[in-house]
Amino acid sequence: MPENCQLFVGTKDYIAAEELQNSVNISAALGRPLLIKGEPGTGKTMLARSIAEGLQKELIVWNIKSTTKAQDGLYIYDTVQRLYDSQFGDHDVSEISHYIKLGKLGEAFTSPEQVVVLIDEIDKADLEFPNDLLWELDVMSFNIPETGETITARHRPIVVITSNAEKELPDAFLRRCIFHYISFPDEKMMKEIVHVHYPDLEDKLLAEAIKAFYWVRSIHGLQKKPSTSELLDWVQALTVGGIDPEKISSELPFLGVLLKKDRDFKVASQQMSGRVPNRKAPMRSFWR
Amino acid sequence: MFIDFFYLLRSYGVPVSLTEWMALVEALSLGLAHSSLYGFYCLARTVLVKSEAHYDRYDQAFQHYFEGIETSPELTEKVLEWLENALPPLRISPEERRQFQEWDLDELRRQLEERLKEQKGEHHGGGRWIGTGGTSPFGHSGYHPAGVRLGGSSVNKSAVKVAAERKFRDFRTDEVIGVRQFEVALRKLRQLSSRVEGPADELDVDETIKATAEKGGLLHLAWARSRKNTVKVILLMDSGGSMNPFVHICTQLFIAMNRASHFKDLRFFFFHNCVYDYIYLDPTCRPRNAIETESFLNQLDPDYKLIIVGDASMAPSELLMIDGIIDWSMSNSEPGILWLKRIAAHFEHAIWLNPILSEYWEWTEGAYTIARIKEIFPMYELTVEGLDQGIKKLKVKK
Repeated sequence: MPENCQLFVGTKDYIAAEELQNSVNISAALGRPLLIKGEPGTGKTMLARSIAEGLQKELIVWNIKSTTKAQDGLYIYDTVQRLYDSQFGDHDVSEISHYIKLGKLGEAFTSPEQVVVLIDEIDKADLEFPNDLLWELDVMSFNIPETGETITARHRPIVVITSNAEKELPDAFLRRCIFHYISFPDEKMMKEIVHVHYPDLEDKLLAEAIKAFYWVRSIHGLQKKPSTSELLDWVQALTVGGIDPEKISSELPFLGVLLKKDRDFKVASQQMSGRVPNRKAPMRSFWR
Repeated sequence: MFIDFFYLLRSYGVPVSLTEWMALVEALSLGLAHSSLYGFYCLARTVLVKSEAHYDRYDQAFQHYFEGIETSPELTEKVLEWLENALPPLRISPEERRQFQEWDLDELRRQLEERLKEQKGEHHGGGRWIGTGGTSPFGHSGYHPAGVRLGGSSVNKSAVKVAAERKFRDFRTDEVIGVRQFEVALRKLRQLSSRVEGPADELDVDETIKATAEKGGLLHLAWARSRKNTVKVILLMDSGGSMNPFVHICTQLFIAMNRASHFKDLRFFFFHNCVYDYIYLDPTCRPRNAIETESFLNQLDPDYKLIIVGDASMAPSELLMIDGIIDWSMSNSEPGILWLKRIAAHFEHAIWLNPILSEYWEWTEGAYTIARIKEIFPMYELTVEGLDQGIKKLKVKK
């Protein structure tokens, strides 16, 4: 493999499924950005941290907000500062390069060592945002017209992009990415994940909590299914509260930690009283 | 170069482009498939498929294409015995690797069968026979960039089996799913007023600062035209009894529409099975909470985009006859179909979303009325994919 032969295998506090490890390594080897999607709470953002830690590289995080422009990631020309300086006359304003500040991508490109760049929640930004970054991510270089300078990446950074699918990403952008969908962990994997966070947990408690957790997730009609982070909080609550593992499935204590919406809470409570399996509306064969 | 896999994927509806295919070829030449079919499965999926909604199609296509490649159980068992006593994994130099850039899987399979016929026992470390640690394309822990992995401990599941599990089925967009996905689809329904028209009446702060700075501090005001979403939407829902099985999905759409804050105007109306002289303002469809369909049409400009949700299944008489209305206490002086045509003629953009999946449209009991209504309104199934298509349709005039 060119440039780096290091392979990402997850870190001690981040369990990465084998498929995910593969995707990370493929993306690093091909030098293409890795686009990560998945349910909330499946550790999309944590992945980049884990890659940086696992490969011992610096992590540069670029948090995207609805107002973020692609330009902000490259460089910012601080015209306001220049204006002040010109009005007070205590600085030399003829040198524009003093007022050019590199953005997160600019920082990554100029770094003397390969870094990991996390572009977090790219779908928050404007629809055109990914398109505006196409060229820069492709050739890993950009031009600053104000100074005539061209910034080219010394080492192609490992780029991780996360998306919550709030907006459809443009096809041209997708074509250039490596894509991975983090599916929700199964019970076995979930046990490992919880174990990593709470190594001293009683087996019995963990097994019961996970069983109950997946049951709650399987309830039909929840608006927001509980995710990993809620399970972790719940497990902690159960431990601190000193709950008897036997009672977890039957009573579901501290359910509010798992379900944050009133309606979901009601639905779950109703289901719990009857413990009926997920019901499906019977199909009626006549109309009225 | 098994280019037909590329076309097979496309025929299964995975939108693969040449750019991605070239990336896959590059990845293969870097040996990223780890010389196993499962490795190839992961590699190709991560490089070629760009939406979890397409994972299932990919799985199907993969299964279709590679079904024959996977070794049959009885074949594997015999070979597994030979592989039991493994050599340590072999490292190989790039020069040596280059010799093995053959990737024709049919050829490989043929060779594997031939070799099985010839080989009579265990073998380790060589370059031809099935065994471990060598450079033969068949076996495990060895290195052959185009090899077929047979068992081995690193990856114990078979790629075709993984594909056959089809665990990404839930993410198919033609599957009926939740509110959030509807919201995402609805977000596409926007039409911004252009920056070219209208008065430039908004102070463009950024531009002003920039222009002023560029003039060395001499204040220079910049003005811009504001942009707003101009889409106005009407949701007209059937709340008749035959819609009961679909209450859940309709509620989800309803919530998603309600949450969509980006419309300029959003109105909800209801009807029972078919639209007649009156349109209802709430789902209970009671006469005192109704307005005349005539005034409904007068009040609402033709540039509203109309989304009708209904199963379009009713007795033909309800659609075609005078007084065919289902409510005993009511009467209608004109057949429902006339009203539907009138509505369709009034609005420039209108679609019909049917919670019955399109594959059943010709078979369900309402098939006749579905066919008739489909002639009047472009009909889509009420799934994320159907809504997507419908919204595309809503963006252009009929």
